[in-house]
Amino acid sequence: MLIKLTCSALAVTAGLASAAQAEDLNALIWCDHADPELLQPFEEAHDVRVNVKEYEGTAAGLTLLEQSRPGDWDVMVIDAVDVGRAVERGLLAPLPTEDLATGSYFPEAVLADHTTVDGTTYAVTEKFGYNTIAYNKAAVDPADMESLDALWSGKYDGRIAIYDYYLPVLGLVGLEAGVATADLDAAALETLREPLMKLGAASKQVSDVVGSQTALATGEVDVLIGGGEWLTAVLNAENPDLDWTIPEEGGLLWAQSLAIVEGTEKPELALEFIKYVTSPEGQARLATSSCYWGMPANKAAGDVLSDEQKAILRWDDQADYLARAQLYPVPDAETDTAMQDLWTDMLQN
Amino acid sequence: MVAPALLWTLAFFVVPFAAMVMMSLAHMEGRDIVQGHDLGNYLKIFTDPSLRRGIFVSLEITVVVTLISVLLAWPLAWIIATRVPPRWRRMALLLAVLPFWTSYVVRSYSWALVLGERGVVMNALVGLGLLAEPVQIMATRAATVIGFVHFFVMLLTLTIYSNLIQLSPNYARAAEDLGASRWQVIRLVILPLTLPGVMTGAFLTFVLCIGDYITPQILGGNNELSLPQLIMLQLGRRGDFPMASALSVVLMVIVTLAYAGCARWLKMERL
Repeated sequence: MLIKLTCSALAVTAGLASAAQAEDLNALIWCDHADPELLQPFEEAHDVRVNVKEYEGTAAGLTLLEQSRPGDWDVMVIDAVDVGRAVERGLLAPLPTEDLATGSYFPEAVLADHTTVDGTTYAVTEKFGYNTIAYNKAAVDPADMESLDALWSGKYDGRIAIYDYYLPVLGLVGLEAGVATADLDAAALETLREPLMKLGAASKQVSDVVGSQTALATGEVDVLIGGGEWLTAVLNAENPDLDWTIPEEGGLLWAQSLAIVEGTEKPELALEFIKYVTSPEGQARLATSSCYWGMPANKAAGDVLSDEQKAILRWDDQADYLARAQLYPVPDAETDTAMQDLWTDMLQN
Repeated sequence: MVAPALLWTLAFFVVPFAAMVMMSLAHMEGRDIVQGHDLGNYLKIFTDPSLRRGIFVSLEITVVVTLISVLLAWPLAWIIATRVPPRWRRMALLLAVLPFWTSYVVRSYSWALVLGERGVVMNALVGLGLLAEPVQIMATRAATVIGFVHFFVMLLTLTIYSNLIQLSPNYARAAEDLGASRWQVIRLVILPLTLPGVMTGAFLTFVLCIGDYITPQILGGNNELSLPQLIMLQLGRRGDFPMASALSVVLMVIVTLAYAGCARWLKMERL
């Protein structure tokens, strides 16, 4: 009890200095939702303040929710493929489907199989993109980047950075080894150890979003495995040579979704927030957030985005990209632990 | 009189620490925390090669940083205390601690730019013909050590300077009268008398360095993981609060041992 109380207090005070105020909406988010350009119109329209707390990794987000009191959090951004995990633990509230704008979505981005559990919708996708290869086309041969083989060929040893998130990178290593992300279980994982260690040895660093952007922008590395438009788009104005591609083996589709947290005391306000973020205007702002860019799930955002923004997002190529991308691995608890152990081994050796 | 201090310690140290120890005795079943009283997490720390290595990585970095920082800070403090005219000392100290004025994170990212292959250091070395081509410093342990040393030299300079400035010049004069050379005065008289300042600064450096997450994360390139990085990995990625707590307890034990090792020299009243 003592532990739970302490953790609860820590979790709440970490991001919720004013959680008790009536006119606040408390959101567990990824960094793209912290952009004032995105939040301000909603705050002004509803005369509320959106308090955000960033988290990294679904496991951490779910733990935060479980250590908090009901009502501490109102909405949550979560990987679309992980919605089921959250629902299983009773952490998300049902969403009224009639209020969602999924009719104008890219069909592949709806991901109803993941956001709906037993016929009830718990989350709505809001943004998607790809974990694949990002590179500096002034420093590498773009033709090489059309195959993942190039990263294991030795040609780019010491010039590669690895994006520090085990799920997409293990997925990409799996694609290189001929293992589809859907087949990535504990047994298949062992076959990835050797190529992962080789990749680790060939890389210069393993870095988070900011570290990866810095390394690519400063020329510290020329290739980033796990990168994509979400990483290079914000740097496009500074360095148009930073590019990305989906190699012939394929790439991974990431899709983030928005959900109402079970126990919220402001379900109407939370729903309004979701409706705003998934509206064409909200989607355009989210797609071009200062933290990272990504494709809006709602196609209608194309009417709001400029041609230049759509070009950077490769709007017209989405049909091809979506056809070639695979979803993130969805490991069970045992496989997830094995994946993280393998990832830690790669970092530490 | 001591009641407020005791209450403060109880509320903000003893209770949280007890909670952390209790959490370290729990374990994960799948994605759930199961309360318990087993030492499985501690056993894993010392048997899992990746976790065990984290302890050694942290200790190696911390010891190297502490030694280098002391070696650089002592002469700097001595010069400021004895060679800089009194009216300029304040300015000299101000310049010495100037980097404290910037954000720790910003300073680390600045070092990342400076130490990069196309950064100031490599450009200068290659430009001067001292290197044929850039070598990798960024994303190595060396970068982490440089980032730490830059920070802790300032801290140590302050603690050693405050010790030096209190020493009566009569000690040096007496030694010189008795025939000691300048070097002997420094080595046999001044240096031992500044041990409290050195050890206090070194202990603070040890504690702050071994518990730091930012510098190795930004400058080390994640090519090896220190203890705080492993703790963050358990919290941020795995949601494994029990293992994070166990690693934190190990960190506390290391710091306690370090304190025990240098307690006899830690005389704060001498600063």
